[in-house]
Amino acid sequence: MSTMNTVGRPTAPNALPDNDYKHPTLTGARGLLQDEHLIFEGEGWGKTGVDLPKPKTDGSDLGDLVRRDPIGLPGLSEPETMRHYVRLSQKNHAIDLAIYPLGSCTMKHNPRLNEKMARLPGFSDIHPLQPQSTVQGALELMDQLAHWLTTLTGMPAVALSPKAGAHGELCGLMAIRAAHEAKGEHEQRRKVLVPTSAHGTNPATAAFVGYSVVEVAQTDDGRVDVADLASKLGPDVAAIMVTNPNTCGLFERDILEISRLTHEAGAYFYCDGANFNAIVGRVRPGDLGVDAMHINLHKTFSTPHGGGGPGAGPVVLSEALAPFAPAPWVVNTGDGYKLVEREEDEAAQAFGRLCAFQGQMGMYVRALSYMMSHGSDGLRQVAEDAVLNANYIKARLSDLMSAAFPEGPCMHEALFDDEWLKGTDITTLDFAKAMIDEGFHPMTMYFPLVVHGAMLIEPTETESKQELDRFINAMRLLAEAAKAGDVDRFKGAPFHAPLRRLDETRAARSPRLRWSAPEGSNIAAE
Amino acid sequence: MRFTKDHEWVRLEGDVATVGISKHAADALGDVVFVETPEAGKSFNQGDSFAVVESVKAASDVYAPVSGEVVEGNAALASAPETVNADPEGEGWFAKIKISDASQVEALMDQAAYDAFLATL
Repeated sequence: MSTMNTVGRPTAPNALPDNDYKHPTLTGARGLLQDEHLIFEGEGWGKTGVDLPKPKTDGSDLGDLVRRDPIGLPGLSEPETMRHYVRLSQKNHAIDLAIYPLGSCTMKHNPRLNEKMARLPGFSDIHPLQPQSTVQGALELMDQLAHWLTTLTGMPAVALSPKAGAHGELCGLMAIRAAHEAKGEHEQRRKVLVPTSAHGTNPATAAFVGYSVVEVAQTDDGRVDVADLASKLGPDVAAIMVTNPNTCGLFERDILEISRLTHEAGAYFYCDGANFNAIVGRVRPGDLGVDAMHINLHKTFSTPHGGGGPGAGPVVLSEALAPFAPAPWVVNTGDGYKLVEREEDEAAQAFGRLCAFQGQMGMYVRALSYMMSHGSDGLRQVAEDAVLNANYIKARLSDLMSAAFPEGPCMHEALFDDEWLKGTDITTLDFAKAMIDEGFHPMTMYFPLVVHGAMLIEPTETESKQELDRFINAMRLLAEAAKAGDVDRFKGAPFHAPLRRLDETRAARSPRLRWSAPEGSNIAAE
Repeated sequence: MRFTKDHEWVRLEGDVATVGISKHAADALGDVVFVETPEAGKSFNQGDSFAVVESVKAASDVYAPVSGEVVEGNAALASAPETVNADPEGEGWFAKIKISDASQVEALMDQAAYDAFLATL
């Protein structure tokens, strides 16, 4: 018989004298969540993380331009560098942590299969200036992606290169302007019509391209006011920009009439495709009379965004606009693939190009991987489940919160206003901050602007019923606390976040955009 | 003082109208963080966008409540946008406009009519 082990660690929790006992920690850490300073404020001065050989040249070619002072960057070892960014990332929310219900953003899960495909050396270790004969596989992938994007949208052409949604809008409006210029109508068509519920990028893009923006009114049930649109259309209008489903999460049921009126007036129909996730596989924008639409690969086709990766906003174009598509694009010659790079021959009417190379190759791989792994039936179910999930949230919260448009179902996002908070002294902002305490990223708030104190919730299809219920139960609990007058819980929130309520006003009025060394320090800050 | 349905106000002295946004508008916008006022010499028609106001919640155009030529924009707002929240219908004025048609001012709502209008929102 062996002796009893009396030195092992205790496995039962200690009985605490007081479960509420709290004390500030010496390090600023909260449990295993580390405190982290700015990289400039650490111990990185006078160190270096890499051991580089002495330069062989003395820099004499630079003459007086040789730098004599330190460059003002801290030096960190590799583990210090890793820890810095991992610690910062732990203070942040991510789709890999929990539901990310930011309306109009389609924060869906990014499948790991996409990542595996994007890391294949034939896609990840290539350079845009390589001879085209050595990147035939990558060009074929771009051609396939273009094929499926045009098939899903029912449009004849696509410009892959725009690097985000707003860049896609720019692409679409520049194609529209080029088309009007080719017809000699550019000088007379100086207006772009935009509904009041539009994403802010729509009027910004129109203004950037040189158009004046005219707002189109909205009906009481959250759609484009067709009569108002008709009265504003005319020979001076270049285009309309309509989001469908719109930012209220509603399908524009008069969309066919809208496109008919637009074309009758000689204008083009730009559709903001940010909400394509709600209709992918169900509706082809080409059938609705759309002339140009950007597709956010980083929304509908699951490529990372929101700090996780660059966006990609390919633009599909109608027959009328296709000749003006920007270079480059891929052509299947039957004997291999080639890039059309110059504005000559078949690209003689191209309005130019939008980026130096071919766009976000890594995102093309991820998006095609997503499409191929879902198949056509899978993509259709994406749209169906995204709409079902949003309606589940709307249905389960409508008794406590006030739906902005209670009539009928919504599309992929559920929109509430702040009518239900009236008299509580709690605002949409306070409510959102309290959600952080419960471990949820807040929904989009105060957008669209046409809804007072808007709360726009987009769950996406990738959340299970269990996660939706967990979210809904937290929302219900908070809503009941708000109605019961538990004001402090909201006004002081967040209590449990790494940082408490930030002074957004001061940050906007007097932002500190550059770090400067503290007074009296000998650190050479740039 | 007269008001528009878009929540701009006008105070007429002689043929110069001082214009700004109403207290209701300033409250609804929340903390104002940026204001762009027009330069002297610019002309606007009634209803044209003549200034921009941006708060932590939203950016909005401000529409000229009357037609005329700008005599002076309130340059102080560029560095002190919070004045719009503190005193929207006084120190937080946006521009002084030399008007061309006094009847435009007459046609706007007076305080009582504006208050009644706000009650319907």
